[in-house]
Amino acid sequence: MADETTVKELKRKAQQLRYNVLDMIGVGVAGHWGGSSSLAEAMAVLYFHSMKLDPTNPRHPDRDRLLLSKGHAALIQYAALCEVGYVPREELKRVKELNGLLQGHPDLSIPGIEAVTGSLGQGLSIGVGMALAFRLDRKANRVYVIMGDGEQSEGQLWEAAMAAANFKVDNLTAFLDWNKIQATGRTEDIFNIPDLDQKWRAFGWEVIVTDGHDIGKIIAAIDQAQTVKGKPTLIILDTIKGKGVSFAENVATYHNGIFDAAKFDAAKQELAAQLENI
Amino acid sequence: MEKKSLRIAYGEALVEEGRQNPDIVVLEADLGKSTMSCLFKDAFPERYFEMGIAEQNMASTAAGLALAGKIPFYSTFAVFAFGRAYDQIRCGIAIPQANVRICGSSCGLSDFGDGKTHQSIEDANVMSTIPNLTVLNPCDAVETRKMVKAMLTHQGPVYIRINRNDLPVFTADDGIPYEIGKMQRIVEGSDVVIFATGAMVWKSVEAAELLKAEGISVEVINVSTLKPLCKKEILKYVAGKKAIVVAEEATKIGGLGSTIAAKIFGEVNLPFAHVGIDDVFGTSAHSYGELLEHFGLTEKHIAQAARNALGR
Repeated sequence: MADETTVKELKRKAQQLRYNVLDMIGVGVAGHWGGSSSLAEAMAVLYFHSMKLDPTNPRHPDRDRLLLSKGHAALIQYAALCEVGYVPREELKRVKELNGLLQGHPDLSIPGIEAVTGSLGQGLSIGVGMALAFRLDRKANRVYVIMGDGEQSEGQLWEAAMAAANFKVDNLTAFLDWNKIQATGRTEDIFNIPDLDQKWRAFGWEVIVTDGHDIGKIIAAIDQAQTVKGKPTLIILDTIKGKGVSFAENVATYHNGIFDAAKFDAAKQELAAQLENI
Repeated sequence: MEKKSLRIAYGEALVEEGRQNPDIVVLEADLGKSTMSCLFKDAFPERYFEMGIAEQNMASTAAGLALAGKIPFYSTFAVFAFGRAYDQIRCGIAIPQANVRICGSSCGLSDFGDGKTHQSIEDANVMSTIPNLTVLNPCDAVETRKMVKAMLTHQGPVYIRINRNDLPVFTADDGIPYEIGKMQRIVEGSDVVIFATGAMVWKSVEAAELLKAEGISVEVINVSTLKPLCKKEILKYVAGKKAIVVAEEATKIGGLGSTIAAKIFGEVNLPFAHVGIDDVFGTSAHSYGELLEHFGLTEKHIAQAARNALGR
């Protein structure tokens, strides 16, 4: 259980990550606000509480690994890597710029990024490979993989789900960002995949469903996952796409939408006010 | 001429290297008894991962193992190794330059009985278009053995295509390490140079014998690294010749022939003949030899191509 101060700190951190994401998107340019903001709390907990990492050395051999299988939400990971200290703050505004550090999708050239993802469905398999490597080496490193809910239609994820269960990798924890909206609409309208929790259980995983915006619950879920032996764990994060900017919440166009100047200012003010109130 | 299986050479090489190097791991998609990765399974079961019939997951899992410091070799039939997992190779392996070694077994027409679904005429061609990826095509068992060793120290991903059938062993088992990117002169000659790869190298040596009887002096170059392909090397062997022949067991589109032609076009003005598979899929046959004959990939066809190029 996390104490109140920790929770409060992580809440502030999550809000800061959202702020960074908004800064990266800027005015008049398309950016993945929706699926980035829904992950702010999970990212804050992972990078600033649960994961083992060395802020002075992104390649530390004992570090845990975080793979963003839904690579289009790279901005929220960049936001976190900036707060950790791996990515210089001035790079945030140069995201996707020619010769900039921060690519449109996670790239190994960026300190703290562990795999190339973005072509959906591949991150979990890569995570299985890493988990197997750590087990072979008898190392305690843990692997975390974040998937999207739209991404669940990729067949390879289910190959990886079977493999992880077959090899009983319990040093692997996956997250499903259940924000219920994909690029062109609501997931249940676009390509309905009901009963995700039951499906993953049937594939041999321990499944925890929790509020993806509740810091304390995310921490508890990750702690619980670490106690599960002999099988991998999936944490389904019940989230709101676009969380934090009211007019962008649950709106599919903000999957990869554009903020005009007025909307950008309004969003910033809203985030700032929320940060104040924590 | 003694014949040996390249597949067994591959499997045995994995075992021998696996003894020295604990970081080698092997992944397979239920074809280990064909690719001969099963030898590694017997020797080092804890480092062998049977991934089931799921090539995409196998490719990406290999990427993860490599990114965590292992040297993974994954194998299955060539059509599946590259085609079933193209995007996983592209994104997960080639972009991050992960040290994954991909073994496309039963390449070309060598899986003669299984027909067009299982014969990979385009694997090396397609793989060569992916940046960061090295593409190898051994001509015999000895070269296969050396290549496995060379892959261990090579930085970056490698695709190796391996023939299903026993092939003549003619390269020297001399302990000289294989150098990725270097061509090898098998036969020295002065009239025409044949750049050949894989099973076509020995066929070209036989073609050179046929032509020798006609007073035509043929040089045979083994191009077993299909990528990177060094222009300087090509020019070195072209110098002084009257014609160029390229022989490959692959579609003529985008393979060794077109790459060599594109690299020297405008600098070298020599007749050029191309032996390869026209823009068609394979087909079933009772023997490999029958298929090579059917698709025009024998020593006779290579010799005729050389005569044509020389205007004889």
